[in-house]
Amino acid sequence: MSNVADTMDGLSRSDSGISPVSKTIPDANLRKQHRLDLLFRLATRFFAFLVLILLAGIIVSLVAGSLPALRAFGPGFVTSPHWNPVTEQFGALVPIVGTLVTSFIALLIGIPVSFGIALFLTELSPVWLRRPLGTAIELLAAIPSIIYGMWGLFVFAPAFAQLQPWLTATLGAIPLAGILFQGPPMGIGVLTAGIILAIMVIPFIAAVMRDVFEIVPPVLKESAYALGSTTWEVVWNGVLPYTKVGVVGGVMLGLGRALGETMAVTFVIGNAHKLSPSLMMPGNSIASALANEFTEAVGDLYGSALIELGLILFLITFVVLALSKMLLLRLGKMEGQKT
Amino acid sequence: MNAAVLQPVQEILAQKIQAKNLNFYYGGFHALKDVNLEIPERRVTAFIGPSGCGKSTLLRTFNRMYALYPNQEAKGEVLIDGEDILSPRQDLNRLRAKVGMVFQKPTPFPMSIHDNIAFGVRLYESLSMREMEERVEWALRKAALWDEVKDKLKQSGTSLSGGQQQRLCIARGIAVKPEVLLLDEPASALDPISTGRIEELVHELKNDYTIVIVTHNMQQAARVSDYTAYMYLGEMVEFGVTDEVFIKPKKKETEDYITGRFG
Amino acid sequence: MGLYSRRLWINRFNLAVSLLTMLFGLFWLGWILLTLFEAGFTALGPALFFTMTPPPGASGGLSNAIAGSLIMAAMGTLIGTPIGMMAGIYLAEFGNRGWLAPATRFINDILLSAPSIVVGLFIYEIYVIHTRHFSAWAGTTALALIVIPVVIRTTENMLRLVPDSLREAAAALGAPQWKVIALVTVRAAKAGIITGILLAVARISGETAPLLFTALNNQFWSLDMNQPMANLPVVIFQFAMSPYENWQHLAWAGALIITLGVLVLNILARVFFRNKSPTY
Repeated sequence: MSNVADTMDGLSRSDSGISPVSKTIPDANLRKQHRLDLLFRLATRFFAFLVLILLAGIIVSLVAGSLPALRAFGPGFVTSPHWNPVTEQFGALVPIVGTLVTSFIALLIGIPVSFGIALFLTELSPVWLRRPLGTAIELLAAIPSIIYGMWGLFVFAPAFAQLQPWLTATLGAIPLAGILFQGPPMGIGVLTAGIILAIMVIPFIAAVMRDVFEIVPPVLKESAYALGSTTWEVVWNGVLPYTKVGVVGGVMLGLGRALGETMAVTFVIGNAHKLSPSLMMPGNSIASALANEFTEAVGDLYGSALIELGLILFLITFVVLALSKMLLLRLGKMEGQKT
Repeated sequence: MNAAVLQPVQEILAQKIQAKNLNFYYGGFHALKDVNLEIPERRVTAFIGPSGCGKSTLLRTFNRMYALYPNQEAKGEVLIDGEDILSPRQDLNRLRAKVGMVFQKPTPFPMSIHDNIAFGVRLYESLSMREMEERVEWALRKAALWDEVKDKLKQSGTSLSGGQQQRLCIARGIAVKPEVLLLDEPASALDPISTGRIEELVHELKNDYTIVIVTHNMQQAARVSDYTAYMYLGEMVEFGVTDEVFIKPKKKETEDYITGRFG
Repeated sequence: MGLYSRRLWINRFNLAVSLLTMLFGLFWLGWILLTLFEAGFTALGPALFFTMTPPPGASGGLSNAIAGSLIMAAMGTLIGTPIGMMAGIYLAEFGNRGWLAPATRFINDILLSAPSIVVGLFIYEIYVIHTRHFSAWAGTTALALIVIPVVIRTTENMLRLVPDSLREAAAALGAPQWKVIALVTVRAAKAGIITGILLAVARISGETAPLLFTALNNQFWSLDMNQPMANLPVVIFQFAMSPYENWQHLAWAGALIITLGVLVLNILARVFFRNKSPTY
């Protein structure tokens, strides 16, 4: 109880008659603080506004730069496979198809693999391994894309070229679908680009999936186990439906990344402005066309056509993002999370 | 408490805080209904009542803490020393320098113990380093925390135990020399020993400050306060000297609550 | 096969596949890192860091590229971080009323997932064309535009994690709102915000596309911000795609340096965040 005695002493010793501070705060001081408050609020508001202006600026400058090409080729730009800088005939079909196909392949391979990895990290892995393995996967995401490009061109492509004849022999023999796998074993090409993209997006999707799997309430899983479900059934029928909003978000994140990826694709896609039914042939993506040709584009129309490609890519990612947000909203509503 | 205090409030003490026809809304929800109340100066007044009765809401109108949030609105009058603090001309910062608050969950700032206390003081006073150290020591002594932390003033406030953190928050509130201290369930997150110390503290502090304490623990209200207000569903049901309210309540609802017919 | 044993078999099969996918992921990581070390390690040494990029066929180093990358990353972060933090503060602290906050959040999401090559294109259009030459300032601005959305997102998220009771405690002492935010709330979220900045730096260190049309490249040592500036990613791109062996060798060395730098930053960010227990 010595604290009490101290305090009683303190009472008589220190400030006799506690004179409240509030009586002596000058009005000017308070007014200054209010002005500073206003200033601060306006400043933060300004920078938030800047973000909007930035987007507007990007769209405006892309459109302005594309105008010559827009005027010259009109809507046919999107469907024309011709790309000839000499005759100034430009068409976006090949790069657009390349962008979409490589991203599709990336997701086709990436989603199941990411799911498997997330499943492993949350259900199968011994606890002491979880953090290091999770970090290892995240390190995959940290590796810059130019490294993927170099590795893809110098290491993966030659190795893949060894594998390709086997693919042509087996998958190429399937009626109808087999045409996707015909062609000389060059190692580079649309399929290679898709595979490398898959490796790049796997860590993103897997990390998101793992994060949402981890916050599933144990009660949910326990009640499924209590009914006699196997681990797989608990995940497939319980965890996955519960986390579908997060899973969709993760997939969209991966898709966004795949669509815009430049350097990795540029190294291995072959940069051929030719449309071909086989995945093993070289092709082009919007980003790689830009990376390869922009600094050497001679002539206003050439440059403008490339900028229009950039605009199209931006619009594609914008649409994907908007769709994913709407999808997430719809999913959330269905579960009664939002009204 | 001695029997001599059994006289009507109005005759002896000045009224520090007066609520007149106070109504409060969370959006469309009518949380406080026509509350009329007078809080005497330099005494401890407790607000009791079941969960959701509006006691914290009422407390938070006294320093207009609700103004931080949209959709929360107070109508009526709250006079402190005769001035209506609900008026738009009332400077909120000046009000809060005068009316301090301690919250249910201890909230030390992410700074050293010394800086925690100096933060509030620096807002409106410029003290030399020496004077500041004296003020910090004074506040910590009053909060019965000085002996425990005097050697570690530079350590982070978050490194203290729960009970110590709460006393730090009280020291922080006292250091700016307010006139009123609002305590919103200050001990409900603490263990019984820390709770006991906080209650001792309240007992000493009332010599210098007007204290209003919200508590869901009736025994605590009975131990610590001079006056008690019982609230139910947003209405002020009964107000009076603590002993009277607990031993001979005037209203049946009060009696029902006190005797535990509902909780 | 009975129903139960079929379910068991499916379970075992899928879990085995899951293990395989994990090994699949680790396999690529291992292969890539191994390749990097094998190809780039031999070129590591003082010569790498102190000699300039050479013409084809000659020997040299990457000093100008390393310096350029460091400068542009640092400047880009210095410019982008305050802008991002202020906007993030707006979203977290003032964003409860009005239309600006939801709009900014949505647009920030767009910018976050915008292809970085489009950012390069944008800076080219509004800056390089007008100044009629490539420059380090252009490259820096492009990098800053990539930093900003990342910092906005992490700042807002970290500030939102700070409980309202801390803000109320500061306000209850009579502190004006700007002091509550600047001296208490931001301080409480400090660890998370710094981590976000570190991750943004890691991200821009490896970015090539935004520099392709802005800072371009420079064979020589130049610290002039108004001229093209050498940088690791573009040098790697140029050297790797060339047929010259010494250039390719340098490209691998550069790739190794970037990867090590980025990995170290990521690990730093992780360790830093974990060690600072939340101060609220």
